[in-house]
Amino acid sequence: MFHALVSIKQVPDTTNIRIDPETNNLIRQGVPTILNPYDAHAVAAAVEWKRKLNGKVTIITMGPPAAVTSLRECIEMGADRAILISDRAFAGADTWATSYVLTEVIQAVHKEDPLDLIFFGKQAIDGDTAQVGPGVAVRLNLPVVTYAVKIHDVNTEEKFVVIERKTESRNEVIKAKLPAVMTCEKEIADIPYASLPDLVYSLRYEPEVWTTEGPISFDPAQLGLKGSPTTVFRTGTPEKHKAGEVIKTSEAGVEAAVKTAFDKILEVEGVASMLGVQR
Amino acid sequence: MNRRFWVYIEQEEGKAHQVAWELLGVARRLADEIKDELEKTGDTALVEGVLVGHQVDEIAREALHYGADNIYVVDDPAAKHYLNKPYTEVLTLLVNKYQPEVMLVGATTLGRDLAGAVATSVGTGLTADTTQLAMGSPKEGQPKLLMATRPAFGGNVIATILCRNHRPQMATVRPRVFPMPSRTSEASGNIINEDIAITPEMINAEIIEIITQKGSDVKVDYADVIVAGGRGLGNAKGFELLQELATELGGVVGASRACVDAHWISYDHQVGQTGKTVRPKLYIAAGISGAIQHKVGMQESDFILAINRDPNAPIFDIASMGIVGDLYEVIPSMISQIRALREAQHVN
Repeated sequence: MFHALVSIKQVPDTTNIRIDPETNNLIRQGVPTILNPYDAHAVAAAVEWKRKLNGKVTIITMGPPAAVTSLRECIEMGADRAILISDRAFAGADTWATSYVLTEVIQAVHKEDPLDLIFFGKQAIDGDTAQVGPGVAVRLNLPVVTYAVKIHDVNTEEKFVVIERKTESRNEVIKAKLPAVMTCEKEIADIPYASLPDLVYSLRYEPEVWTTEGPISFDPAQLGLKGSPTTVFRTGTPEKHKAGEVIKTSEAGVEAAVKTAFDKILEVEGVASMLGVQR
Repeated sequence: MNRRFWVYIEQEEGKAHQVAWELLGVARRLADEIKDELEKTGDTALVEGVLVGHQVDEIAREALHYGADNIYVVDDPAAKHYLNKPYTEVLTLLVNKYQPEVMLVGATTLGRDLAGAVATSVGTGLTADTTQLAMGSPKEGQPKLLMATRPAFGGNVIATILCRNHRPQMATVRPRVFPMPSRTSEASGNIINEDIAITPEMINAEIIEIITQKGSDVKVDYADVIVAGGRGLGNAKGFELLQELATELGGVVGASRACVDAHWISYDHQVGQTGKTVRPKLYIAAGISGAIQHKVGMQESDFILAINRDPNAPIFDIASMGIVGDLYEVIPSMISQIRALREAQHVN
């Protein structure tokens, strides 16, 4: 039977984050948390193939207890089982320490119910690192296909998958052995509308909670801040650029505003010759 | 002792990615920043490139013109196309052999795919998408470390990250974040062919087809002039007008994420956090409000002209000049004025 696992993350909706202009601090208050958008598409793809192959989808996430809402969202989309990996000892983990914990959990799930495909979103919108997926693949010694846009074929008999991935200049169709790891672009699958039974089921669904107490054990030296090779040295707000002159066409007129703009543009070094205009 | 500053020389189909040269420039600056330490210890700083592929001699020679002291080359027919596992294994072997202090990788699709895997395999820290890099002491008197600064939370915050106890200190850098160094006519470094073969055990995936995308010749990241549109265009057709101006200015069309999400234009054109970072001489932002995610991708442009109906649009905060007005009046006027300028000079 086809078994897919999707590793998801609950993230602050970074499009709604604002900076306090007085204190330059991040205003976190009232910023909603969401299921990382790329992860949502990865779940959709896993569920699509589960239906094609009559299989099963397991969701895992490492995060605070509040991440349960994102897990329920995945159940609503058609996932079968969800695991919340949550413990104070995991706090402050960088991508290295995160990939360690996820790897241990994935191995435990695999032992009990062998996995074929392990999905990640291409990156999380809060950190944007895109490192955890490849990191887990290396730790598991499995093939990884990043920036996946389409699954062409999953063959659980002959144990291979054909995945199309996108680079800057082209698409590559890659055939990899199963089990395999993939990180997904949004094109991988459309988010399905929840069926009524899935919706009802998700509302009452309580995910399993895995901690350092069990059901598996972790090496304490590899967890959280202590297990992270990178540390944040300092944070700040990005440098502000100076604003230049602003002209209103309602006052100056369109022609005059554009003329002023060209006068300034042509003063920029190298621009006049580039545009084939003499200053 | 040699303190090595490494740059991964990314190549595809026998062509180096320009970000590799940008990073050789950065690596040279970082090496210069530890001169005081070198004077005390008698150590030598080396800027070195590492290149994996097949028949890549020309790229290796070219790298020497961008200031590399040494280029390590692994040439193998099985490395013709990038694949995560064999490239990761080769890089891991080389890192373990030479123990570089710093390793920089371009934050391209392939570079990010590789860097994450190599860092895990070597067992070190990696900072993604850095925008500032410097060698500095976290505390006075302490040895200098790589201070890797990157945006977080969609560009709202910048964080400086250290990797104190593991080597190499790895960072990925997006193309165009740092300027191109000048190419020297003399090349004094060495090309060192490494005797490493890709074994069948390293192959766990294969490329069975390559599809060249339509429109993939849009090189928005390396354009000198970009005419970019946002939601204020109102519809996909608005991009035809922007294209007309871009053609007139010898540039390309860019777009905010909103337009790409609305399917008005393809992803290749997207500028910003989830698109391309650009640093053109001239960036024209038409109908772009200027969300932080867009700004982080274009604020290094030499000149930014913002056109927006809304006088309070945040794009005006970083614009070299702003025009508050209807872009459908302003852009046609720009097209006719640039034509008139050229014609007038032609007559003279």
